Amino acid sequence: MGIEEHLGYNILTTSLEKLVDWARKSSLWPATFGLACCAIEMIVTAANRWDIARFGMEAFRASPRQADLIIIAGTVTKKMMPAIQRVYDQMSEPKWVIAMGACACSGGIFDSYAVVQGIDRYLPVDVYIPGCPPRPEGLLYGILKLHEKILRDPFLTQQYREKLAARKEAA
Amino acid sequence: MHRAVDFLQERFPEDVLEVVEFRGDTTLVVNPKAIRALLTALRDAPEMGYKYLSMIAAVDYYPAEPRFGVVYNLYSHRYRDRLTLKCLLPGEAPVIDSVVSVHATADFHEREAYDLMGIVFKGHPNLKRILLPEDFVGFPLRKEFPQRGQ
Repeated sequence: MGIEEHLGYNILTTSLEKLVDWARKSSLWPATFGLACCAIEMIVTAANRWDIARFGMEAFRASPRQADLIIIAGTVTKKMMPAIQRVYDQMSEPKWVIAMGACACSGGIFDSYAVVQGIDRYLPVDVYIPGCPPRPEGLLYGILKLHEKILRDPFLTQQYREKLAARKEAA
Repeated sequence: MHRAVDFLQERFPEDVLEVVEFRGDTTLVVNPKAIRALLTALRDAPEMGYKYLSMIAAVDYYPAEPRFGVVYNLYSHRYRDRLTLKCLLPGEAPVIDSVVSVHATADFHEREAYDLMGIVFKGHPNLKRILLPEDFVGFPLRKEFPQRGQ
């Protein structure tokens, strides 16, 4: 651009969107929310062997107001659904949802009256991770896919405003 | 023959309808109207001592009529043996007396049977759903309830 000649190598130029998306994906804070056996895999993903801190995600927030990612880790019963909905509603925008494991994706083996047949019936899911339960590598892969998605998030555009409006309307 | 059979047949000749022995377990099919009196007698008689109600189960025998079974599993700590009482109820509006006044533990068992099978326990102090959400429609363990999730 020419301006670097005057400023030396002290300055990077980029678009605001890219910068903010990079900042968002580099410090995703998940809500502390485990439902069933998938939660155990989520916990070891956060522990030292797999170490989710490598992706700036070690801060599992106990308050949904400080979290921007909710990992639905496990079987969602119909009785639990109001609590999950409430936690999700309390999270501040922008927020993302990962459906972890067969149960969260589709109800899994629990094809019964008591279980929600896929969390996507209630929440807008960004990444589905199959498996029963998925290994920590699987969860990390899903999280990296979410990072890619966030990097491409056109949050300053009309498209984003429409998405937000649709979400508010649905709520 | 189980020691409770003579005891009950002597005191409640009208109400003991059938005695079933199967692999050492005794089940008495009894008159639903007398269940409270029977359980009270079994609890209070020193030679019986069935002071512990270990479980109440509800069974759907559809398409048989009477359709529903309510099963009371009793245990005697003093004599270390078990006894099963079973009441059969009609498919239309199954109602039976609550036994909470005899065994306090029946409270949650009866609420569960009401919740999942829709059996009404008359005289229960707080008969409402215990496991399912309160706005749930239907009784999911009945045979006509859809087996798959929705």
